[in-house]
Amino acid sequence: MTPQTETPPGKATPIESVAIRFCGDSGDGMQLTGGQFTDTSAMFGNDIATFPDFPAEIRAPRGTTYGVSAFQVQFAATDIHTPGDRINALIAMNPAGLKTNIEDVESGGIVIVNEDEFTPSNLRKAGYAEGENPLDDPELSLHYRVFRVPMSRMTRESLADSGMGSKDVDRCRNMYALGIVYWLYDRSIDPTVKFLENQFTKRGKPEIATINIRALKAGYYFGETAELFPVRYRVAPAQFKPGTYRKISGNEATALGCLIAAHKAGKPLTYASYPITPASEILHLLSSLKHFGAKTFQAEDEIAAVCAAIGAAYAGDMALTGSSGPGIALKGEAISLAVMLELPLVIIDVQRAGPATGMPTKTEQADLMLAMWGRPSESPAAIIAPQSPADCFAAAIEAFRMAVRGMCPVLLLTDGYIANGAEPWLLPDLDDIPPIKVEHPTQNNNPDGSFLPYLRNPETLARPWAIPGVPGLEHRVGGLEKKDGTGNVSYDPDNHDHMIRARAAKIQKLVDLVPPLTVRGPEKGDVLLLGWGGTYGAITTAGERLRAQGHKVATAHLRYLNPMPANLGDVIANYRTIVVPEINMGQLRSIIRDRFLVDAVGINQMRGKMFQVDMLVERTLEIMKR
Amino acid sequence: MRDVALPTYTAKDFVTDQDVRWCPGCGDYAILKAVQKSLPKLERKKEDFVFVSGIGCAARFPYYMNTYGMHSIHGRAPAFATGMKVANPDLDVWVVSGDGDLLSIGGNHTMHVFRRNVDINILLLNNRIYGLTKGQYSPTSEIGKKTKSSPMGSVDYPVNPLTLALGAGCTFVARCIDIDAPMMDTLMQRAAAHRGTSLIEVYQDCNIYNHQAWFYASQRESRPDNTVVLEHGKPLIYGKDKDKGLRLNGHHIEAVHLGKGITEDDLIIHDETNRVLAYMLAEMSCPDLPEPLGVIHAAETRPPYEQMLHKQVKQAMEKAGPADPKALIRGGVTWTIGANGSA
Repeated sequence: MTPQTETPPGKATPIESVAIRFCGDSGDGMQLTGGQFTDTSAMFGNDIATFPDFPAEIRAPRGTTYGVSAFQVQFAATDIHTPGDRINALIAMNPAGLKTNIEDVESGGIVIVNEDEFTPSNLRKAGYAEGENPLDDPELSLHYRVFRVPMSRMTRESLADSGMGSKDVDRCRNMYALGIVYWLYDRSIDPTVKFLENQFTKRGKPEIATINIRALKAGYYFGETAELFPVRYRVAPAQFKPGTYRKISGNEATALGCLIAAHKAGKPLTYASYPITPASEILHLLSSLKHFGAKTFQAEDEIAAVCAAIGAAYAGDMALTGSSGPGIALKGEAISLAVMLELPLVIIDVQRAGPATGMPTKTEQADLMLAMWGRPSESPAAIIAPQSPADCFAAAIEAFRMAVRGMCPVLLLTDGYIANGAEPWLLPDLDDIPPIKVEHPTQNNNPDGSFLPYLRNPETLARPWAIPGVPGLEHRVGGLEKKDGTGNVSYDPDNHDHMIRARAAKIQKLVDLVPPLTVRGPEKGDVLLLGWGGTYGAITTAGERLRAQGHKVATAHLRYLNPMPANLGDVIANYRTIVVPEINMGQLRSIIRDRFLVDAVGINQMRGKMFQVDMLVERTLEIMKR
Repeated sequence: MRDVALPTYTAKDFVTDQDVRWCPGCGDYAILKAVQKSLPKLERKKEDFVFVSGIGCAARFPYYMNTYGMHSIHGRAPAFATGMKVANPDLDVWVVSGDGDLLSIGGNHTMHVFRRNVDINILLLNNRIYGLTKGQYSPTSEIGKKTKSSPMGSVDYPVNPLTLALGAGCTFVARCIDIDAPMMDTLMQRAAAHRGTSLIEVYQDCNIYNHQAWFYASQRESRPDNTVVLEHGKPLIYGKDKDKGLRLNGHHIEAVHLGKGITEDDLIIHDETNRVLAYMLAEMSCPDLPEPLGVIHAAETRPPYEQMLHKQVKQAMEKAGPADPKALIRGGVTWTIGANGSA
């Protein structure tokens, strides 16, 4: 029997937005639990933004703080751009989860713990002193509304007659917790019931579906009957543009965007990559989309991956490689060859916290200078940085459009935060996306009957993309400097100077494809918060808050880093102070200061996490006081 | 399968208008000539050939071939070649590069292209020296070699390209000498016909920095006693007077003189398909044993990488039916917001 999950209207307290975080051991199924709550809320019509936060260790020792996996979701009745600064409710499945996440809970926030797991041994593993139990600390109850629920025991009791082993039964705890949270936030359990049925029936394990569903319901009923929570909350659906939506993460959107780009070009996609966090998911996704013509090559290393992609581009495929900062560094020389060969190539950099291995599962946006300059000599490439998970789709298509038009490498700079985070995505009408025009010459382009592989299109400065297999157009490309036109090896000083300028000018010509920069807030004012990439949500929210407080603060976000929008200089001139918040030491700020001779101020924080909106607001106010 | 008759090519059709810039007397000239002469016999369309190289003297090769070509970056030619075959398996891709390029900086890619058995051909021009950087020891230089970067003699042991290839799973392994155009021609044709990665190691003379390095194996007087030409199904006989042979003694190959009770029947019969024998032959080196020339190993035991990749794509596409981009982006769970903005 499906429980009646809809509360009579009026019983739950309406609330505009809620941020909740599920946390527990990496084996506790927190990502799945959070994902289910997200899906249900999205289908209910809330705006959502998620932040999965997991350790790099696949199976860290149980119960330790470094093995904690967490999933945060904000769901709202209004348009939101971030998963939320402060958590309104924390669900902690063990002491380590509580310890590592409690600081982010708002004062007076809800803390639901699985008290059964607060055993001496687990407390010790979480680093609490002998005999110390945070649940007994009066300070905790003073600051938060703490609900101690014996989840392990109640899950076991509710499944005592299931005939299933204790291992399978204990694995249902996360569904019990989810049931409680569904009750607290007045959500239907039906979508998760359906999900569990599909998921486990597919794998031929209907009995696992059954016990998970029973645990989910038991948790839900517990919320209803235990009267533990004095209030329930209800977040009304948000106002969305009409249409069909799905939830999408940045990595998913990137993979789909690249495939649709290939489709729009009428060509096969070749993705050559080497596994690396947090970009591997793109390789997984495209490998599973062979039925859509995607060819994937898992190379022996980062260098082989980019080289194979360039080989595929030379032979006429839509060529893609992807990695994270350390891999992009290794690819540098080959990307400079793509600059020299003038072949279309898209390079995805899912930025992560560095240097070196750094914190692979944590986010950062410190590869801007690497993308801009990180190659030998003068090796310009176009750079696009999507600003949210769903935006990766459009950005990937634009990256291919630029690569083909400019016959050049294009870097697509995403980051761990938007790659793993998810949001609702209004499915675009694919017919609205213009085709990517690819031309492979079949005829000689020189009156003398020869073929000039570097004869430039006067409008775009791009050379023709002649591919092997076409008779009469045999030509050689290579890393040695080319004579413009013939493509023959040339050490002529004037030609070299000319070619460096031509390769740079060709990238700048792509500005035709770059829409003018738009501003949120006053067109002229005191402060412009200028950002790029994954910080869009946080900066936009900070700007809205500052304006609500009466400040003349605008925000603008650069999706195109090279070339930059043509009106950027004009926009900058309209504000007294330019503030550039970045999760790096000020890389965009340097470029802005350099290009526009403006005394831009930075807000810089590198914590492996997205900015907190509060911090941006405070720091902006401080800057305004100066 | 040809839908139109192939044009008749001559060696000249494969010559570019670029001046060849190798040092006069370099072994590369002979190799270039031999390749240009062989290509017309391969019954392939000229526009399907792609010559790919890395960096080094040998890597200038593509500039002199009137085919499609790419002079890439140091050591990575096998990776570029792999990408080309992934994009278009119909291309006839030839990697030409040197020992430093393919075995040192590019050793990793060389190993992996062998392992994957990508259907490309590799001409490894081995001169046992770094030429373009003006004379440092290479990964095939002998131990103790005195060069600019090893004035007291190199303390690096050399790698044997043939055993490396066999160990990594290469399905066609052969060797010849730069000045032996007829053998080069034979091996080119065998390599071109082979489905899978083929390696031809060419003993190449660098007459500036490592002159005569191979003279013990390449000269009229020295060659017969220091090399053995392998022929499938034939006994291993060598020597000026064809009076020497190779036989198995336990697990070892030993050189014997024919006569005095030793006949051809005692000798090893070459079997290209036998990887273990191939490994033993590839290990032979002067002065103990003659060095093998010809096809050491050839066996189409595994399908090429790109063929399996394309097969998977084809199967997936056939199973799923016509590609529907709209279904692709919809994914699993969707929800619809009505005109009033509610779910």
